Amino acid sequence: MKRLVGCIVYALVVVTILLAAHRLRAEPGTPAPEQKQQTPQNTQQVPKTASEQADAEHHATIPKYFTTRPPFSEGIFPCTTCHAGLKPDKTRRELYFHTEISLKHAAKQRWCLDCHDSENRDRLRLANGDHVTFEESYMLCGQCHGNVFREWKKGIHGKRTGLWNSDKPGDKVYLLCVNCHNPHSPQFKPIKPLPLPVRPNEITNIKGTSTVEIEGHKLYIPVYGK
Amino acid sequence: MEGIYMKRRDFLKTASVAVALGLEGIALPDRDAGASIWETFFQKHFREMTQAEKEEVVKKLETDYKKRFGKDIKVKANGPLPNVLYGYGLDLTRCVGCRRCVYACVTENNLSRNPQIQYISVLRFKSGEKWVDDLEDADKYYNPDVVPEPGHFYMPVQCQQCEKPACTKVCPTQATWKEPDGIVVVDYNWCIGCRYCMAACPYGARKFNWAQPTIPVEQINPQTHYLGNRFKHRGCVEKCTFCIQRVRENPGRYPACVEICPVGARKFGNLLDEKSEIRLLIETKRVFRLKEHLNTNPKFYYFFSL
Repeated sequence: MKRLVGCIVYALVVVTILLAAHRLRAEPGTPAPEQKQQTPQNTQQVPKTASEQADAEHHATIPKYFTTRPPFSEGIFPCTTCHAGLKPDKTRRELYFHTEISLKHAAKQRWCLDCHDSENRDRLRLANGDHVTFEESYMLCGQCHGNVFREWKKGIHGKRTGLWNSDKPGDKVYLLCVNCHNPHSPQFKPIKPLPLPVRPNEITNIKGTSTVEIEGHKLYIPVYGK
Repeated sequence: MEGIYMKRRDFLKTASVAVALGLEGIALPDRDAGASIWETFFQKHFREMTQAEKEEVVKKLETDYKKRFGKDIKVKANGPLPNVLYGYGLDLTRCVGCRRCVYACVTENNLSRNPQIQYISVLRFKSGEKWVDDLEDADKYYNPDVVPEPGHFYMPVQCQQCEKPACTKVCPTQATWKEPDGIVVVDYNWCIGCRYCMAACPYGARKFNWAQPTIPVEQINPQTHYLGNRFKHRGCVEKCTFCIQRVRENPGRYPACVEICPVGARKFGNLLDEKSEIRLLIETKRVFRLKEHLNTNPKFYYFFSL
């Protein structure tokens, strides 16, 4: 009797061990067919080419809602209103229409159509042949100024205004490269400084204040006199 | 601490009796002063006030301002935000010394136009000059036609909001202290104008109202804070508060100097937030703090982006 019970217990233990081993072996295998079923669905959603997928990944890193509209010259955009009927001339020459543009941005190495798309002037052209809109011009600038681009995304380069502790769209204004830098001549131009503070030895010479209007702001400046 | 305040109050009460007897002190209100002036004079320390007392004081200030300027002026007395420690970054490679920040600060913080009070001093240095230790030799009164001038660079200096502020330690009436969100503030009602804090501050950041401050009524910023840009009076010290009336809100605006900077040299954020721009720049840039050897631990970081 004891032997029979022993045999049954032994058999049970062996069966459980075998079952457990089978489950362990089967586990990594089981999800595989499901994954295979999912992959065709995924390929339908992602962009077709590898470069487009890379672009999409890149765009996901940009804090989209910060960007604002680029400062177009008045009455000039969309460019296609004039350019649609014009044949693109790729030769380097003196421009007879866009006279206000003088290229001071590595002018020796490039020309208009290196950045502007020759087929559709309402968009820009990257070095790899991809196209971006004017709202995404940071993609174009970031090709050469990679370190600045990286810092701009983090908020170290550039200017943020609005609400400091809110990331909701519209609460923060994060400027595009071209809102501060003229893309054809990106270096900052010198500006007039605001009036200097009163020197301590001149305090007794102040008669009163006068109003000076600078950039729409009224400033009260001391008037000196005996 | 309580004992010290009580002693001062007792002293003032005795002093007021002395005034009644005809021994008039300059610091005390006139004999025929209204009840509200006396109320202000015996006002509790801001940190000892209950919420109801704060609201009462704020309401009184608002009615006073309405009477004085004929304008609705909002006074807030809200406390610090949780898990926030304000930090500031200033990019010395970008600053062009245009002084836009100086005047944006004056307008935002209701600073006196005459006599002139400015929280920010923009210093000019010659390139290659020994500079960090000798701020006294810097030129604050440069006045060229255009900036930046070749061969020069600029460094704006304002309150560095030290973690170990020297100014608060020396105050005999504890009228100035560091708030939990890191901003060093002044209770103008408790300031007796001894200017010890101005002597203690290594950055020249504190300003004194030598005369009654004047502001044109149309230039008044009606959004004020009790510890920030409310109206100051003759004989009190004031200083930069990172625009406490703007930043101590959720959501709150950037300080006025950050918003005006035409070159984007000024950065502001929460030092406790790992993803804030101030944290990222401290981690990735060459930063320094002014007069670090004095162990004041400023939360104002100068950095170089190029």
